[in-house]
This record gives sequence, C-alpha cells and structure tokens, in this order.
Amino acid sequence: MNNQQADTAPRRAIDVINAGMDRRKRSEKRFQLLGKLSIALAIGFLAMLLGSIVSKGYSAFQQTYVKLDVHLDAAKIDAENLNKGNYSGVIKESLRNMFPDVSGRREKIKLYSLVSQSAAYQLQAKVIEEPGLIGQTISIWVPADDEVDVFFKGHINRDIAEEDRRIKDNQIRWIDHFIEQNRIEKRFNTTFFNAGDSRNPESAGIWGAVVGSFYTLMVTLLLSFPVGVASAIYLEEFAPKNKFIDFIEVNINNLAAVPSIIFGLLGLAIFINFFGLPRSASFVGGLVLTLMTLPTIIISSRAALKSVPPSIKQAALGVGASPMQAIFYHVLPLAMPGILTGTILGMAQALGESAPLLMIGMVAFIVDIPAGIFDPSTVLPVQIFLWADSPERAFLERTSGAIMVLLGFLVLMNMVAVILRKQFERRW
Amino acid sequence: MNVEQETGQKEMELNPAQTKEAMDLQSKTPKVDRENRETVGDVRVDDPRMRCTDINVHYGDKHAIKGLNLDVGKKEILSMIGPSGCGKSTFLRCLNRMNDTIDSCRVTGTIEMDGVDINGKSIDVVPLRASVGMVFQKPNPFPKSIRENILFGPRIHGLATDKDDLEEIVVNSLKKAGLWDEVKDRLDQPGTGLSGGQQQRLCIARTIAVEPEIILMDEPCSALDPISTAAIEELMLELSESYSICIVTHSMQQAARVSNRTAYFHLGDLIEVGTTDQVFNAPLHQLTEDYITGRFG
Repeated sequence: MNNQQADTAPRRAIDVINAGMDRRKRSEKRFQLLGKLSIALAIGFLAMLLGSIVSKGYSAFQQTYVKLDVHLDAAKIDAENLNKGNYSGVIKESLRNMFPDVSGRREKIKLYSLVSQSAAYQLQAKVIEEPGLIGQTISIWVPADDEVDVFFKGHINRDIAEEDRRIKDNQIRWIDHFIEQNRIEKRFNTTFFNAGDSRNPESAGIWGAVVGSFYTLMVTLLLSFPVGVASAIYLEEFAPKNKFIDFIEVNINNLAAVPSIIFGLLGLAIFINFFGLPRSASFVGGLVLTLMTLPTIIISSRAALKSVPPSIKQAALGVGASPMQAIFYHVLPLAMPGILTGTILGMAQALGESAPLLMIGMVAFIVDIPAGIFDPSTVLPVQIFLWADSPERAFLERTSGAIMVLLGFLVLMNMVAVILRKQFERRW
Repeated sequence: MNVEQETGQKEMELNPAQTKEAMDLQSKTPKVDRENRETVGDVRVDDPRMRCTDINVHYGDKHAIKGLNLDVGKKEILSMIGPSGCGKSTFLRCLNRMNDTIDSCRVTGTIEMDGVDINGKSIDVVPLRASVGMVFQKPNPFPKSIRENILFGPRIHGLATDKDDLEEIVVNSLKKAGLWDEVKDRLDQPGTGLSGGQQQRLCIARTIAVEPEIILMDEPCSALDPISTAAIEELMLELSESYSICIVTHSMQQAARVSNRTAYFHLGDLIEVGTTDQVFNAPLHQLTEDYITGRFG
C-alpha cells in the first residue's frame, strides 16, 4: 500500500462536466436568442415589404364606374354602318344633358374627361351586339377616367389647394353629384386581368404580360429541362475523368454566378443580330432564359443523381442492364424529386428576371396580346418596370397590383415544387 | 492451468470438422512453408464452367490479386475464404466484370467461359452479366414492387413478352428462391418492405429470373440472422443442382456446410484450393492451417 495518501479524492469526469454545464447552457441560450432575433428581423422586413405592396396595390383590383343615360340618336349612329357611329358624341351629349349649365370649351373638356376614352368603344360594342337599341335611351355603366378613379378611391385629399392637384374643383362638384344620384360605384377590375397595356391606366391590364411570361417560360422549360438533365446524366455517369471534363464543370459552376444581364447581351448579339430572330419575341426571351437557368438545373440534377445509393445501380448492372438502362429505369426515377425541385426553382427564378429581357427588346410598349411565341411581347417583371416609370397616379396602384400577381405566381410555383417533391419521394 | 484448458477447449470448438485422427495426420504431414505463396492443390477441373488464367488486378498502385489461376466447375459450389482484404470479392467481381464500374481498377489475364475470353475487347458485358448473375452482400432490391423487381431483367433482355409468360417467370423464380409462399399474395407491394432475409431471397430470385449459368454470391448471409442464413444455405444446395455457384464467405462453418470445393486466399494470392473436406481436415499449406485453426484471421 502507498504511504502517501492523496489530499483530494481522484477527479471524476462527471464532476468536471457538471461544473461546466451552467456556462454551456448560458452560451446555448444566447445563441438561441440570436437565432430567434434574426428570424424576427427577417419576418419583420418581409412583413414591411408585403405590407407596403399590398396596402398600395389592393385598390388596383377595383375600378370606378359611372352610370350614364345615353340617347342612341339615329342621326349619330347609322344602322348600316355601326362601326363608324359617333359614339363619343353620344356620350358627350349625355354628359351635357346631366349638367346643362356647363359652358365654355375648357369646362366642357373637363366634363368630358370624367369618363374614360374607352367608354365610346364599350358603347360601340353594346350597340353592335344589339342594333335594335338605336333610337332608345339606355343606361350604361362606363369606366371612369383614371383621375376620377383615383379621387373616388380616396387617394387624393380634397383639402389640397387646387393648383396642386390634377382633379379640379368643378370635377369634384360633378363627382359629388354622381354620388348623390348613386351613379358612381366601384366594381371588380376585370380589365386589369384581361386587357393588355395601355396609355390610359383605367384601360391597362396585365394579361398581355401574363401571356408573354407564359410563352417565355414554356420555351425556357421545354429547352432547358431536357438539355440540363441530359447534361447532368452525362457528366455524372458517362464522362471520363480528365482535365477537359473538369474544365467544363468549373465553367458550368461559374456560369451560375454570372450576372443575368450578360445573357441578355449574348442574346442581343447572337440571337437577334446574327441569327436575325424577331426582336422582343417570347422565343428569343425563352432562349436567353434557357442559357441562364441551365447551370442551375445541371448543378441540382447532378446533386440529385449523386444522392441515389450506388447499390441500386450495381443491382441493375448485375442483372445485365446496360448503363443507360440502369440509369433510366432506376437511377433517374429515384433522382426525380431533386431534379424537379431544382427545375421549378430555376423556372421561378426565370419568371422574375427582367434585366436580360430588357436587352433583347422586351421593354417595348406592346398593347396586343401575343398570339404565338414569335409575336412581340413583354413579361410581367418588365411590365412592372414600365408602369413604375409612368407618371399617372393610377399606375402606382396598378404597379403594386401587378407585383402582387407576380408574387402570387412565384409562391404558387414554389408550392408546386414542394408538392411534387413529396409526391415522388420514396424510401429505400 | 484452468485458463489454458479453456483456451484449448475453444480451439477445438472452432474446428468441429477435425477429428482426432485427422489432427494426428495433420501434425505429422509436412506443410508448405508460410513464405511460399505458390498455389497448392488442384486449381484445374475437368470440363470447367469458367477457367481463369494468370489474373492480376490492380487498384491504382495496389496489386490486389497476384497471378491467380482457378477453375469453376459445373454444378458445384466453390467457396472462397480468407481474411479481410485478401482479394476474394475482387476476384468474384472479375468473373462478371463488375470491376469495370470501378475507375481505378485494372484487370489483366484471361477468363474463359465456353472457350471465349470474357476480358476480350469485343465482348459485350451486358449478356455476360445476364449469364453470370450476382447477389450482393447487402440486400438491394429495387424500390419497386416485388413483381417489378423480378421482371426487370427478363423484360430488358426480351426473355418473355407475353403477360402469362412473365407471370410464370415471377412464380418460378420465387418458388426456386423459396420465397413464393411468403409473398404470393403481395406481389404488388414494394420489395423494400420485406425483412432482411426475405429481401436477400428476393435478390436471389431476381438473379435467377434471367436464367444465368453461374451465380456469384458475395457474402450473401453476412447481414442476416441465423434462421434466414439457414434458409439461404438450403437454397444454395438446391440451386447447385442446376447452376454453378461461387460464394465468398467469412464464415468457415458456412463454407464447410455448403461447398464442394474451397479456395483459400491470403493477401492477394490463392494459397490453396481443393475439396472442402481436404482443405478443412488436412490442409496442405501452413497458412491455410493457421487460418482455419484460428491462429489469425
């Protein structure tokens, strides 16, 4: 036995651990607090962003309409030639009848500008549909001019001095008269959803941009998905391991980080100038966006293919499948969730791109709804960009409304990505 | 004293095949020295299914199999035993050219099957792998239905197109693999939902569905419990009446139970080959004796 006794009992590891627990718990709590603060900050910013957009944009989904009693004077509208009838004259007469004391050219112009210029065309459409109405006096609801619309929605303060606002005192009197007579109301703004762009905000809609976005995205998807997935399969399964392939891989990874406007310049130089493809067409936009999303799809597809357990492929090869058969029947189906997720995220990215498309000319003022992929068109983000530049007050709410529609599509696409991933998920 | 007796007892229990006479014979017969790495015993058989001559396998710089010669006979079970990392699985993979899927692997030498060298440049590996089937160590059924697992091979090789013929293949393969009774009413359920032993038998059924002539098994029972192992060993004995089977195993008892011939590998060399009885009871090489008596391994 030892003569020297130890002064303290031998150290137990558990005692040291217990002594340090307080410090560890405190530092973990600090870290958790930081994490929660970060999330709160992020959510706060997101809420501010969405709040400001929605608060400005929700009124874009309503349009002010005015009820007019129009007398379809046979003298003004010839039954033989309905297209050439003086419909704007009919409307102007109806306004004069409502306010007979209005005189003087300037005042009359202000009176006529209470309703939209498109009112005449809507009346024309109604008469062409029912020619039997000629000679009668009918009531129709027509869209109000954008200044009236903005005022009626409450965006303009009555108390501002008259020189500082576009809507004048006499117009406000007439609008008050409409209100008394229940001749003015807000309705759901279907024009916003089914019309193309226009100089007049009350006639402007996003449908042209939506169709343009749809065609562009279709072209992008149809081109980038097969090429991207096939490239990923080749690089992952068949490519020899040499410097040349390494070089290609490095370049693909770098392309994912290139600013998107460079792809627009490429599109301008090669697709439009060299190949002579039509400017501003969805097809060219689709080509440019394909180049932009290919690296994203290739990289995510490769990651998905790598994640398939090699035992499955070995089993397929062991039964006598060729490498292509092993990949198509077994590896690719198992990698599908990852590939689809990457593709849809790439598409969502492409949907929100405007810089490369500006370069190829999709920034023009296009009023017609594009009928095919070679017609000139614009896309939703570019439409937002154009409207944001317009001076009319009514375009402010429409810009925010269009942003809400775009965000809605992006959220939808991300949800589809999540659902598809869950659908294809398998356990092995 | 007591401790030594116990150790002696353990040594005896490791080698149930050794009788006292065999042990006496063994200790008297001079063995080939440990340093000598030349193969001992009959590598060749008459009318072989596969004949391997001068096989060398390199993984990059590592020389994994050194100058191997071995025959695989018809309708026999050849087991390959040896310590870990000695080249058994590598050699097995040579027989159906699965080593081709490993980039750093280089195989030289000739492997003749029906008189044709399968390592030749003009040979298509796809039909080769259909006639030399493989069962892997960890059961790897496809994440599809049991029926789809079995039919994948016959479909891509065009062995049957008629719906009735395909169904017959499923039934026959599962019956031969001893799995039919357990899964006959759930052929559409995923293969991955079966137990470990059932999955391995499904993999065996999948392999025999393409009607191979040789079946390679790489430690097929190492991931299974004793009862499943017994079922598969019984299956192997039945299958050996129609096919040649090569099995790599870490369990010497398994090799002793099922195989006709045994080959002992050591660090890339084929040390000894012969009938199972002879290798386990009267090994000719000192290294073989060291391994089977448990002195190392």
